[in-house]
Amino acid sequence: MKNKYIPVIGLEVHVELKTKSKMFCGCDASYFGEEPNSHTCPVCLGLPGALPVPNKKAIEWCLKIGMALNCKIPLVSKFDRKNYFYPDLAKGYQISQYDQPFAENGWIELTLKDEKKKKVRIRRVHMEEDTGKLLHETINGEKVSLIDFNRSGVPLVEIVTEPDFESAEEVKAYLKKLQQIIRYLEVSDADMEKGQMRLEPNISLREFRIQNSEFRIDENLPSYKVEVKNINSFNFVEDAIEFEIKRQSKILDEGKLPTQETRGWNEDRKESVSQRSKEDAMDYRYFPEPDIPPIKWKQEQVDNLKSQMPELPDVKIERYVKDYGVTYYNAEIIAREKKLAEFFEKTIEVCEELKNKKENSLDYKTITNWIINKKIDPEKILPAEFVTEILKATKVEGIDEAELESILKKIIDGNEKVVNDYKSGKENAIMFLVGQAMRELKGKVKADEVKEKLQDLLK
Amino acid sequence: MELHDLTITQTKKALLDREISAVELTKLYIERIKSLDEKFNSFVTTTFDKALELAREADNKITQGMNLPLLGMPLAIKDNFCTQEIRTTASSFVLEDFIPTYNSTVAQKLFDAGIVLLGKTNMDAWAHGSSTETSDFGSTKNPWDLTRLPGGSSGGSAAAVASDEVLAAIGSETAGSVRGPASWCGIVGLKPTYGRVSRFGVVAMGSSLDSPGPMTKTVEDAALLLEVLAGKDPKDATTSDHPVKKYSQGLKDKKMMTIGISDEYFENAEKEIGEKVNEAIKLLEKLGHKIKKIKLFNPKYAIDVYTILMRSEVSSNLARYDGIRYGFGRDRFGEEAKRRIMLGTYTLSSGYYDAYYKKAQKVRTLIIEDFKNAFKEVDVIIGPTLPSVAPKIGSTANNPMFGEMADILVEPSSIAGLCGINMPVGFDSQSLPVGMQIIGNQFAEETILNLAYQYEKETQFWREKPKIK
Repeated sequence: MKNKYIPVIGLEVHVELKTKSKMFCGCDASYFGEEPNSHTCPVCLGLPGALPVPNKKAIEWCLKIGMALNCKIPLVSKFDRKNYFYPDLAKGYQISQYDQPFAENGWIELTLKDEKKKKVRIRRVHMEEDTGKLLHETINGEKVSLIDFNRSGVPLVEIVTEPDFESAEEVKAYLKKLQQIIRYLEVSDADMEKGQMRLEPNISLREFRIQNSEFRIDENLPSYKVEVKNINSFNFVEDAIEFEIKRQSKILDEGKLPTQETRGWNEDRKESVSQRSKEDAMDYRYFPEPDIPPIKWKQEQVDNLKSQMPELPDVKIERYVKDYGVTYYNAEIIAREKKLAEFFEKTIEVCEELKNKKENSLDYKTITNWIINKKIDPEKILPAEFVTEILKATKVEGIDEAELESILKKIIDGNEKVVNDYKSGKENAIMFLVGQAMRELKGKVKADEVKEKLQDLLK
Repeated sequence: MELHDLTITQTKKALLDREISAVELTKLYIERIKSLDEKFNSFVTTTFDKALELAREADNKITQGMNLPLLGMPLAIKDNFCTQEIRTTASSFVLEDFIPTYNSTVAQKLFDAGIVLLGKTNMDAWAHGSSTETSDFGSTKNPWDLTRLPGGSSGGSAAAVASDEVLAAIGSETAGSVRGPASWCGIVGLKPTYGRVSRFGVVAMGSSLDSPGPMTKTVEDAALLLEVLAGKDPKDATTSDHPVKKYSQGLKDKKMMTIGISDEYFENAEKEIGEKVNEAIKLLEKLGHKIKKIKLFNPKYAIDVYTILMRSEVSSNLARYDGIRYGFGRDRFGEEAKRRIMLGTYTLSSGYYDAYYKKAQKVRTLIIEDFKNAFKEVDVIIGPTLPSVAPKIGSTANNPMFGEMADILVEPSSIAGLCGINMPVGFDSQSLPVGMQIIGNQFAEETILNLAYQYEKETQFWREKPKIK
């Protein structure tokens, strides 16, 4: 029987913050493409006697992420040491948070296919530091491992969900939304290729049966879980989850239980490979970081931070739909990126001003359509210029479609050779026809619209 | 009176009055170290060239009419404080060739205050011990009796001050490492409140306990040094912004205090020690202070708490010494360090954390509360610093808990992060120094210094010098 199992998936996501300085020292936190070990100091190199001093901005940003994910912000929090050995870990321990994270018990609402909604619970959001980077190279014929500590101590926020996902699609929707929120908060670029956002799903399968024509799902979570590491793109996560579901289904079909383990995703072979089993699970010997006193917030400080939160995409979408009559579909496109949303809102402001001055203005729908159809780049045009442009373009639409078409058809008929050239692949030939048409139309229609129309007619 | 008998205040006056130049003074101390230190082994590294260079600078400044709190003062620093371009080993062969690229805040403040650094003093390796016998550079000897231990871990600093190899020295205390050797060597040792003096650049031992402090001939010298060392450090998040007082000026007006005495502290000390400390208490009573019996937790509980917390922190703090970036490999760790790493790793392991580390933290809170309540009734608490006088060299060999037992009377106040000072109170029947400690509340350095100063005025034990053979 197919589909005997329902996947149970939880996610751990690491986001690297783009603060100017590192988490526990004053070193420049940017490391991408920098000279190795040029952004280091006694603290991030773990020299004797060096002490960590927490970066206030990074902690505030961590709280903001927590708030954006509807988490509770405990008024007392602390750092802990996570002890383990690895050559890229300068101090022999990572400063992280164990039992008192900065934010916990939140949720995020996902929009799935057909605008179906799903709430996923956020277990915790905590702050930690990144490690250095190992490079394995051959120098003068000798194989060597080098360590670059530029990344050591860069602030990381870890976001952990409850095991609420049941498909790769849901996971992908979550990751996209999380990335969008992080970018809205302007606390990270969350670029996966650059390692600014890293994810580790843990996957297991829960059985269900049909009994008396009713679904019976095992209430308990599976007794094992498989964590998959080394996934560095949204697409890989889908592949990895699909692979794991198939792999684990097969084991379960054989009446066995998959091993609790950590597996690494091999993108070339499109499969996961066992890295570490439960027996070798590390004992991190967490204990409170004695070098950093517990962090205590006053409620006013938390409220103050909350008041600085930008409007987030969900709220924007709802507002665009409600206040401007934009369709959900369009509102979602506009709110996808903060810059475009802000451009949209400023454009509306410009139009409102024009209306107030009783000058020609635009309606919301026109603005929306133009922004979406013209793929406006808010970096390249100012809202006021944009409005002027639309007004000019819409004003000259004095010439009706039928008339335009007949003029263009006449030009096509009169330039058989050029038309044939165009159709045989010389795409530039169309520009001759555009030129002819523009002369006829005397600037009443813009050249690129004429070109588009001609292309349509020549199809 | 010889120059090396002078205190900081007296030496500085001689310099400013041009009775002697800083270079001349430094040369005198260098000669003394050269002729004596073979006996004591107080130093891991001497920095005579650097010292002369600093002395010349000091002379220039004096000529220009400049004044700095410690201008031209020949001092030594314990070898667990990072000193830029000066080898810093923490007396371990793991760091035998380690030359820091930066100064600890304490070293920086001392250099800024004008000191002349004579060298880095010997200690128990990684500060693990109360004898200096765990030093990879050999044990330091007690100037009062070369067959005896100077105490530790700041034993090199204590011996150097007691034998006048230096004018004063810096030590660090986790639990007893300043007060203890000060007691056995008959000098003043001040352990400030945790967070009063920056730990930045101090090779970490027990991070929640480590407190750097001055080791001096007199109380006034300790006050002068604390003025320089104390204060909030942006590089150490555990330092306090509690205001730094003018400690040396606070000495003069005789404050009358209520002194707490807890029997538990005397019960854990040898009889002769208790008698000496009681004499001191009687003297203070005669000066008009009120003596009040109080009941503190038996200090024996502190041993367990201290042992677990400190070793847990040690096991994590020593993880960075992997030999990858600097220093030598882990095979160079001595027996004591390995024992502490093993025990600390065990107490932090899952399944044992609650039974050991967490329970120890709970008892720590109780000890803090115990002192808090005591300080509602009294201004200071007095007791013996160590239960015995300096034992023979070799005493620690088959006794891994030697330090913890020896430090029983200083551990509770260390765990509570309190300040305390060792004061010499005379000599036992074998002519070995005995010390008492005055324990103060957090940030009550001014109070304990004030009382210590009153006592010192009356007794002047610091003028007694070991007869060095």
